[in-house]
Amino acid sequence: MEIKVLHQVMEWNEDVSAGVRDTLRQHKVCLINVMGSPGAGKTSLLTALIERLRAEFAIGVIEGDITGQIDAEKIAALGIPAVQLNTDGACHIEAMSIQHILPQFELDKLDVLFVENIGNLVCPAEFDIGENFRLTVLSIPEGDDKVAKYPLMFTDTDCLALTKCDMLPYFDFDLARVAADYRGVNPEGPLFQLSARTGAGLDELTAHLAGRIRAALG
Amino acid sequence: MHELAITQSILDISLKAAAAQHACRIRAIRLTIGPFSGIVPECVQMYLDVLAKGTIAEGAKIEASTLPLRVRCRACGREGEIDRRHIACPFCGSVELQRLSGREFLVDSLEVDV
Repeated sequence: MEIKVLHQVMEWNEDVSAGVRDTLRQHKVCLINVMGSPGAGKTSLLTALIERLRAEFAIGVIEGDITGQIDAEKIAALGIPAVQLNTDGACHIEAMSIQHILPQFELDKLDVLFVENIGNLVCPAEFDIGENFRLTVLSIPEGDDKVAKYPLMFTDTDCLALTKCDMLPYFDFDLARVAADYRGVNPEGPLFQLSARTGAGLDELTAHLAGRIRAALG
Repeated sequence: MHELAITQSILDISLKAAAAQHACRIRAIRLTIGPFSGIVPECVQMYLDVLAKGTIAEGAKIEASTLPLRVRCRACGREGEIDRRHIACPFCGSVELQRLSGREFLVDSLEVDV
């Protein structure tokens, strides 16, 4: 015989992400989920953004990696509270992991918590971790077909940062194609071209994020 | 790769629903998935074969059906359904579409012995 069930499978993650969002709202902390491939330059971009945002906001960072402390050590060296979250093989961060790690921060002293997700253009996009908004990072050397190939990462994001734009002369990267593909799947999301290395374009992204953070903090 | 955690959740939901109906065996678990859910049913089956050992769901088959995608057309403003082979507004043919669904993922029903 058939039994009707009609039960949402992702409910476990959605319940927990709602809990994370509540906790952060009570402490007035804005959570930003940073996603992109391994080697896209997420940590370098975060480092550059922290230097530009830290005068106005108290910042903390959760560094997600499968194993190791490399990124958390880089961020901690800036004098920023950083906690490494190792997923021991898992391809993404879930809301449950964030819930477990939040007590390691003094949330009342923070305004912004960046989560650098696992380097992966696929799975992290599927999991709400309780973020206020998402920042997707795509670098020039990865190629201009990534928006077309991995649409969810670009559809379910609030803004796209094209990093390593100082590398444009060395790659056959079609900026117009990426812009058009991105506009096709995400008509409202802004796109920023920048280089964390040279600093070009960083002011525009910083100003955008600062506006979003101020709005989230009320 | 994350199908492992998801499969555990599917198994928990199924065992609970089966127990509530006093079923003695689960033959099939029917999933309804949206085209953007990112779920690979074959992968879920592989994990289920391992996770369900020793439970009443041992040997159960995963049967997945994919939903069409609901979209709103930015050109004509109407809502409709599309599939992978016809990515255009069913009314006016525009490709300026806003996605309204696609992330659905639920255990729809079970085939059980009582």
